[in-house]
Amino acid sequence: MTEQVRLTVNGVPRDVEVEPRRLLVQTLREDLGLTGTHVGCDTSQCGACTVHLDGRAVKSCTVLAIQADGHVVTTIEGMAPDGGLHAIQAAFWAKHGLQCGFCTPGMIMSAADLLESNPDPTDDEIRHAIEGNICRCTGYHNIVAAIREAASTLRAGTDVPAAANA
Amino acid sequence: MIPAAFEYDRPTTVAEAVDILARNPGTAKVLAGGQSLLGLMRLRLARPERLVDIGGLAELRGIRALPDGGLAIGALVTYREVLDSALATSRVPLLAMAIADIGDVQVRNRGTVAGSIAHADPASDMPAVVLALEASLVVRSGSGERVVNATSFFEGAFVTDLAEDELLTEIRIPAQPTGVGMAYRHLEQPASGYSIVGAAAVVGRTGGSITTARIGVTGVADAAYRASAVEAALIGTDGGAAAIAAAAAHAAEGVAVGSDIHADAIYRAEMARVHVRRAIEAALGAAG
Amino acid sequence: MTTDVLGSPVKRVEDPRFITGKGRYLDDIQMTGMTYMAILRSPYANANIRSIDTSAAKAMPGVILVLTGADVPYNPLPMAWPAGGSSGVQNNINMPRALATDDVKWTGEGVAAVIAETPEQAADAVEVVHVDWEPLPAVVDTEGATQPGAPQLHENAPNNVVFVWTVGDKAGTDAAVDAAEVVVRQRIVNQRLIPNPMEVRGDIGLYNPGTDEYTVWMSSQTPHIQRLLLTAFVTGIPEHKVRCISPDVGGAFGTKIFCYADMALVMLASKLIGGRPVKWVETRRENYQSTTHGRDHVTYLEIAGKRDGEVTGLRVKTYANLGGRLSTIGPGVPTTLYARVLAGCYKIPNVYCEVTGVYTNTTFVDAYRGAGRPEATYVIERAMDLFAAEIGMDRAAVRRKNFIAPDAFPYDNPSGLGTAVNGEKIYIDSGNYEPALNKALMTVGYDDLDKAKAEARTRGKHLGLGLSTYIEVCGVAPSKWIGAVGEGWGAAMWESANLKVHLTGKVILTMGTQPQGQGHETTYSQIIASELGLAMDDIIVQHSDTLGTPFGYGSYGSRTSSVGSTAAIKAAGKVREKARRYAAHMLEASVDDIEVVGAEYRVKGSPEKKKTLQEIAFALDLGFSLPEGMEPYLDETAYHDTPNCTWPFGTHIAVVEVDEDTGKVDLVRYVAVDDVGNKINPMIVDGQLHGGIAQGVGQALWEEAIYGDDGQLLSGSMLDYALPRASWMPNLELDETVTPSPVNPIGVKGVGEAGTIASTAAVANAVIDALKPFGVRHLDMPFTAPKVWRAMQSQEVRS
Repeated sequence: MTEQVRLTVNGVPRDVEVEPRRLLVQTLREDLGLTGTHVGCDTSQCGACTVHLDGRAVKSCTVLAIQADGHVVTTIEGMAPDGGLHAIQAAFWAKHGLQCGFCTPGMIMSAADLLESNPDPTDDEIRHAIEGNICRCTGYHNIVAAIREAASTLRAGTDVPAAANA
Repeated sequence: MIPAAFEYDRPTTVAEAVDILARNPGTAKVLAGGQSLLGLMRLRLARPERLVDIGGLAELRGIRALPDGGLAIGALVTYREVLDSALATSRVPLLAMAIADIGDVQVRNRGTVAGSIAHADPASDMPAVVLALEASLVVRSGSGERVVNATSFFEGAFVTDLAEDELLTEIRIPAQPTGVGMAYRHLEQPASGYSIVGAAAVVGRTGGSITTARIGVTGVADAAYRASAVEAALIGTDGGAAAIAAAAAHAAEGVAVGSDIHADAIYRAEMARVHVRRAIEAALGAAG
Repeated sequence: MTTDVLGSPVKRVEDPRFITGKGRYLDDIQMTGMTYMAILRSPYANANIRSIDTSAAKAMPGVILVLTGADVPYNPLPMAWPAGGSSGVQNNINMPRALATDDVKWTGEGVAAVIAETPEQAADAVEVVHVDWEPLPAVVDTEGATQPGAPQLHENAPNNVVFVWTVGDKAGTDAAVDAAEVVVRQRIVNQRLIPNPMEVRGDIGLYNPGTDEYTVWMSSQTPHIQRLLLTAFVTGIPEHKVRCISPDVGGAFGTKIFCYADMALVMLASKLIGGRPVKWVETRRENYQSTTHGRDHVTYLEIAGKRDGEVTGLRVKTYANLGGRLSTIGPGVPTTLYARVLAGCYKIPNVYCEVTGVYTNTTFVDAYRGAGRPEATYVIERAMDLFAAEIGMDRAAVRRKNFIAPDAFPYDNPSGLGTAVNGEKIYIDSGNYEPALNKALMTVGYDDLDKAKAEARTRGKHLGLGLSTYIEVCGVAPSKWIGAVGEGWGAAMWESANLKVHLTGKVILTMGTQPQGQGHETTYSQIIASELGLAMDDIIVQHSDTLGTPFGYGSYGSRTSSVGSTAAIKAAGKVREKARRYAAHMLEASVDDIEVVGAEYRVKGSPEKKKTLQEIAFALDLGFSLPEGMEPYLDETAYHDTPNCTWPFGTHIAVVEVDEDTGKVDLVRYVAVDDVGNKINPMIVDGQLHGGIAQGVGQALWEEAIYGDDGQLLSGSMLDYALPRASWMPNLELDETVTPSPVNPIGVKGVGEAGTIASTAAVANAVIDALKPFGVRHLDMPFTAPKVWRAMQSQEVRS
């Protein structure tokens, strides 16, 4: 038994047919081919699957695709749709905020939720805001530095043109 | 990782939702934010035959001011909405104190206060909070609406006063006595982030002695409880350090203290005393 | 110019794909006709299989194939590193099969596999495979398993002993301990860990019925080794009929070195279903049960010395839990990789260690970040603190007094580096330990420790500071030594590189090493850019596919920067030399007159007469005009067997605060002064240290795999196994000393494991220092709040 679901993903309406038990992360990855959103656990702990649902960071492994029917989803692929980089992406690159890269998309999506509501976070606030995202590679040191830098870039209102990241 | 298959309903009214529950006794589960239920289903520790997704019920949304100075929180209100609500944080600061540390930002964005209460995980924070606030829980079924005091709602681990055909629709928090202070203190189980012990305190003095003392405790026993022995010991004292410590010593009295790989019963009981003490101290510090 | 790119903090070339969600990990690969495998795992830790009924599973929707052990015509998985060697003890090798046939030895051992059209259908069908079990009593306790009356796992291993392996001078050490002024004894436990790379393991098998060839995608650190093991040892399929590919690997930390049952299963399943691809990706729960664990030692240490602080002997007896069956190099970790470096950076004249490998009804244990060396560092660094406490001497002073002196290198380590059978030895070739210690002490403010402790008391905290002065051995080598120690199947440890300068001047370096997040594409590009005078943009690094990369041993043991880089440098040197000879041909000069400046090949004294590497490559690759005897194309391969391991060292200092009421431990400062030699990319080096430190801190404070007595894994998910979170870690204070390694041309040592090796002991020593007012002399990890609280409840001095 499947149901028709309409999502707006990265600004584009997408119709998919899913079993009710299909998780949002499965639909994004398997039905829509958006494999930047990852699955790192089966208990909603690791945060690798973090996407934005109606503008808020959620764990897409703990949302049914059918629950997202009629809602707006942004994934890592939609962070900088023009082919450039979002300031947070640029800062993760500049500050070496990633190693294996597996947690990175989720980490960036959580950082984006934070900086939306708190443009000038302290280190403690940054660390608290990414508690739902586990990184096993970086010890978080450079992730915190990256988010700090991204916050500063965003506050300055500087766009990050694609060419600047080459 | 993948839940077992289930039937799915998305009712458009509360009446329709409770009708579905009534027609599927024992086999249907209510889905709101899904932050507890979906986790269990993915490990196939829960396998409901039917999910009733109440996510579309507009009547369950929103935080309302009650005329008496209290607050009503609809069943679909997320933790994040409470944190972002000036009304909620100003009228009942205890809510934000506890919620700020629940799960993580993703869980708070999606998880609902009411869902946590209806799920009644013995280690979740909200039950202690609503107990200390003397909140009441509004429950609907096909036969109408009833209002349950939080103190008689939590019956055991994952067991509440909710019947199979009932839906928790609203949490009503009465106006808190003037001059009380509130605080939440807890010790996290590091892996899950759930509380090994959580203590919510609503405490106030009148004329130099403690006249209000409501202490909710979670994580310690198989259900959250009011630490009535602590409250009784605290009332009438001067609320000094010695009185608080003496009262807090009763924090785990009268309950069967739980034990697991993260904390044995001796430690849990002691942490109940420590965190109840700290919550009372902080609440009195915040009192007017 | 680009030649100074070596040593610069260049942004990683890998990152654009990872930060935009365009990385390609195993589970991201989608193929037409993909099928999905789910594995049924044993619910019992010790049980016999009476029978398996797959009929209900076969009748489930979408099910294509159901396999049990009887359907798998393969050998058990291979053992690549049995202990033995110097002690000559018989091993009792019991390896897992692709699927268990008669019995299971741990909760989570695979017993049946379902291949279905969708992952949902596979997950549903595997639930209805019915196994008639005969449950048996289990044993999970490492020491207990060796005691009389314990359940016996394998007939060929009485008392569950896999091996008893020794190293060092027993008589000399016994005499030193007997004669010592002071002997301190302590039982210490190095608890079992679950490594937890964020990407779990998985494979895709694809059989081509037309060519009778297989392709296996695997999340692996070692695709070449896996091809060898899967073909020569497991399946019997000829090696040249199998291609192994590791896509982007989302962390590994040792767990992806090994040969696993699922790799063979996806090959077999794809063949049996006519060549459709078969994908298997473990769940995190499966990862906890059936991908390797780490550590798990019980150790009795005795440290002997004089009251003036001189350590004269170290005698250690260790029980190493290896699990219900063995993993690929399980026995090598607690033997050679552990005991041979037990004495650390200290000149201890007498060292002896006996290791008993033990079978228990638990998941197999193998290399986890550091692999033996964190365990060794933990033993010696705890021992130094215990010894200092016993004689009432400052912890830093005791370390200083016993450091191997800077002029004592090469140093012949008595704990066994040099005890190979035919005289092949390796030495600790370089080191200068005191400056790192001094720098770290200065940074942390060691002299003001008492003041800091007093201040913490005013806040209800007990402050503690812990030291760890460590050495690491990286890039285990050379191959002749590995062969000579008489352990292992003779795997050499050289590395390979192929470098091609194509017609357009673009450069492709292919490597036998295999990244898992370390940034090899960046660091190798920096090396080649520096060697050939090219822009990094003109270089691409390929790896991870047995088709098109030279055979290599993969990446683990912090070997890539030392051994792999040297292979790349050698290949670049060959390219440069051939280009020079061809430049001489083009410029009609003698080879001796050609000088190389960056990418320019000039005639000495006539700098206007020159050819760029690109011009040379274009002509040479076309081959219209070749000097006598020269082959066309600028394409060179090098294999490098390094003459010695490398020896990073340093001092790590942790500062913790213990809450007086709850026992909760907070890491409040962390200072690390590491000497990893020269750095290819200091930004990447720091990142490796950060992550390594966090993992070691995780062991000290939170992480522990816990089994119930019945063999159930109680810490069976991330809800019960605590991984370090951002809010628990402080910002890390890194510094360095630089003692270049003498064994490779760029003086690098390797840094993948140093942080983990050092940090666990530093944090442990800090916690125990904090508990000194309570008379606590030792406490076993992890220092969870309940455990520390309990330790604070007694003022008694513990033995």
